[in-house]
Amino acid sequence: MVLQTPHSPEHVESIIPIADENLTRKDYASDVDTRWCPGCGDYSILAQMQRGLSNLNIAPEKMVFVSGIGCSSRFPYYMNTYGMHSIHGRAPTIASGLKLSRPDLMVFVITGDGDALSIGGNHLLHVLRRNVDVKIFLFNNRIYGLTKGQYSPTSELGKVTKSSPIGTTEKPLNPLSVALASEASFVARTFDTDPQHLTATIETAARHHGAAFVEILQNCNIFNDRAFADYTDREVRDERLLYLEHGKPMLFGEDHNKGLAVSATGLRVVDAHGPDAGLILSHDATRPAPDVHQLLARCAYPEMPVPMGVIRQVTTPTYGDYLDSQIEVAKFKNHQDVAQLLRGRSTWQVE
Amino acid sequence: MTTTSTQANGSGGTSAPIQERDRVTVRFAGDSGDGMQLAGNRFADATAIFGNDFSTLPDFPAEIRAPAGSLAGVSSFQISFSKHQIFTPGDEPDTLVAMNPAALKSHLSALTKGGLLVVNEDAFTAGNLKKANYPSNPLADGSLEGYRIIKAPITTAAVSAADDLGLSNQNAERTKNFFALGLVYWLYDRDLQPTLDWIEDRFGRLPNIAEANRRALYAGHAYGETTEIADAHVRVPPAVLNPGEYRTITGNQALVLGLITASHLSDLELFYGSYPITPASDVLVELAALREYGVRTFQAEDEISAVGTAIGASYGGALGVTGTSGPGIALKSEAINLAIMTELPLIVLDVQRSGPSTGMPTKTEQTDLLQVMFGRNGESPLCVLAAKTPGDCFYMVLEAVRLAYKFVTPVILLSDTYLANTAEPWPVPDLAQLDQIEVPFRKLRYIDPEEFAPYKRDPDTLARMFIPPGEADLQHRIGGLEKSDISGDVAYSPENHQRMTDLRAAKIAGIANFIPELEVDGPDSGDLLVLSWGSTYGAVFTAVNDAREAGCDVAHAHLQYLNPFPRNLGDVISRYNKVLVPEANTGQLRMLVRAKFLVDAQGYNEVTGQPLSVRLLTEAIQQLAAE
Repeated sequence: MVLQTPHSPEHVESIIPIADENLTRKDYASDVDTRWCPGCGDYSILAQMQRGLSNLNIAPEKMVFVSGIGCSSRFPYYMNTYGMHSIHGRAPTIASGLKLSRPDLMVFVITGDGDALSIGGNHLLHVLRRNVDVKIFLFNNRIYGLTKGQYSPTSELGKVTKSSPIGTTEKPLNPLSVALASEASFVARTFDTDPQHLTATIETAARHHGAAFVEILQNCNIFNDRAFADYTDREVRDERLLYLEHGKPMLFGEDHNKGLAVSATGLRVVDAHGPDAGLILSHDATRPAPDVHQLLARCAYPEMPVPMGVIRQVTTPTYGDYLDSQIEVAKFKNHQDVAQLLRGRSTWQVE
Repeated sequence: MTTTSTQANGSGGTSAPIQERDRVTVRFAGDSGDGMQLAGNRFADATAIFGNDFSTLPDFPAEIRAPAGSLAGVSSFQISFSKHQIFTPGDEPDTLVAMNPAALKSHLSALTKGGLLVVNEDAFTAGNLKKANYPSNPLADGSLEGYRIIKAPITTAAVSAADDLGLSNQNAERTKNFFALGLVYWLYDRDLQPTLDWIEDRFGRLPNIAEANRRALYAGHAYGETTEIADAHVRVPPAVLNPGEYRTITGNQALVLGLITASHLSDLELFYGSYPITPASDVLVELAALREYGVRTFQAEDEISAVGTAIGASYGGALGVTGTSGPGIALKSEAINLAIMTELPLIVLDVQRSGPSTGMPTKTEQTDLLQVMFGRNGESPLCVLAAKTPGDCFYMVLEAVRLAYKFVTPVILLSDTYLANTAEPWPVPDLAQLDQIEVPFRKLRYIDPEEFAPYKRDPDTLARMFIPPGEADLQHRIGGLEKSDISGDVAYSPENHQRMTDLRAAKIAGIANFIPELEVDGPDSGDLLVLSWGSTYGAVFTAVNDAREAGCDVAHAHLQYLNPFPRNLGDVISRYNKVLVPEANTGQLRMLVRAKFLVDAQGYNEVTGQPLSVRLLTEAIQQLAAE
């Protein structure tokens, strides 16, 4: 089945539930005391989430935050919205059932690297491929924090942790690659120490119609401090991060003196003022094929700049769009007569 | 040995006069590809229209197509029909139709002594005999002595009936089940018309196939008519059933109709999250075809997701349901506990099958009772119901939904393979006579925010204030962490955990005040009470009556509510000297009854993958009554 009219950006705007009055960041904060460790990256994410939602002025009672288990999954308690702190890895399932039966609600999933990619890996694949209209924020700190410091599925090979005293013996997953391979319609990355970028990315994700996947690099200052500092520290950002903007050339470095071009084996860095400057790619987030998006997802420090921003955003009908239209068509075509349904195909009379 | 001529003489000679009998049980057995389930279902339809009471027992292998002719590939369908009301598909068939040697080998031992055996002699080739491990041909070596046998050339007769239709040999051979059916229709004086109508309906667009099936049906019928079959032409007069409109129903169909009806009576949109699993898959499949009723079916990526989506839907204010079998319950346990902790309404259907592990997926058992009672971490009480007949699955779904919303709790409804697949006549319910299902959050959502607290409880039911998201000024968070009484905030205090543990238990225990008391069939007090639950109702009811006819003074009570028990159960049990608990497990209800009432209940237990044997159970009742 092909839906005739994919949702236009204007239509998506029109179905976001907007509050009647102008709200501020504080209107999205619950009265529950936050209980993350002092210095945790989660504080910044919480603040920017509240800021981003207030910028959009979404009605708090029409939002539900569903989380799994882990430090990040405490998040719903701190939002003055509806919320469910569920069980480990299963938030995408609860969010799916909720969104499909309540299309009027905006449903957010808050998860972590262990929650989403280890115990909940299966659900992440399927919620993304189904394109259920939920917004998934994966706080990636590359460690198990709540259980006090075991390695996670994004911990780098050889990493020494409490459960790998002489180093891990397994390769990490790349969350963006997993999301793209799962046919996600929206894939983005941002990080905790760039509030402006974080807010903007949250807002873009919230306005996407379909499953949105956002990896947020988040520092765990207790068990995995400075995990991303090599490229997210303010002093090195310009040189080591690639801020993506749809329709703009992929430039980075001081004064945008470098850019990305296609090489025989993937992407390569070229001098923005050199002979290959004409080969520098423009970022096309809406490109249907995920090829360049996958190459971007694989760009990693130190060989390559680390991409930040919306890697992919394509418009495609959601699971709910298909399901609701099936119901609409069936209601139009067929009678709804429960009494007749109870009779079945044939009955007989006993006198 | 009485052997009937296998030659259709075509002379139109009439057979012996029709004998009348009260009850007959027929079993069709053949290769998985022989169409035995189809033939059995057609026979059941014809029997329903004729007006007998009946009960069916389909029995098939888990393999879709085991090697042709092998013992592993034998599929069977048993139907018992009667002029009286009956409650089981019968222990032992009076007639066995065996389409090949493997079917004969697998099912002969069930055939009653002196019973009628209809065999497809064409299939008794050297190759098929070898596949069935027959050293010599049982049709020729005298080993079938003691049975009445009709050796019919079913394959060749069916093929030759389709002679000029231009079908491939394979397609022509596939009509042999209709030949066998036609023959059995003659034996039991059934009308061909319902089956002819069905053929037209099913194969109308393939006129040659339809014609071949019609001809095979007629040919089989004529074969019976024109062949001298001694003492085989039997008529079972129509049963006297309560007047009304009837249909045929299986347990799984009744679950589907129950869910649609519950959605209608509660005005809640139905969400069914499920992962395909035998024998529950049919519920998903049939609901998926009912989109016009607003049904949202969701085929999940696994059992956990199936229950997760149902919880999400339920939390959102839809009628959240998940359905599975025992292995799926094991996977769903953690999520069911989330629904217990968050105190959300949730319906879980468990169509039990033989275990442990993968067990025997297409065979029946009552072995999940203790799993659904206790198979979760922590003190985690929930409501458990069990259907007793295929048609009862409908009413127990309504009851499950009623209790889930009244008490804001997960409810597990137990069915099993036997109920799922067994068909019986069912009086069509009058929709107008069914009670509306109340949904407390419809009123609660208008509460003054000052009065609202998510874990504030209704004093009568102890149900918490459950309000789905979307209401302004009532925003709150729930979750799997222990909740503070009333406020619902996360809480770790020892006193609060004790109080909440007690409250959760008291809420479920209190359901007993809102369900019917247990009724006793038979003497109000005395020597022996037979206490049963779930799908064994028909077998136990029949065995109790047989034992009474043999002179035993025995009472019978049947439980549809397993947690909590009906409030008078302890009182009922105390009025008898002895209690016998028959179950298709090793004694799970017995363990609960002994623990709760300190009574020395005895068990009658079979774990064979088949329904309880009425004959053996009757003997057990008689024996205990005599002690």
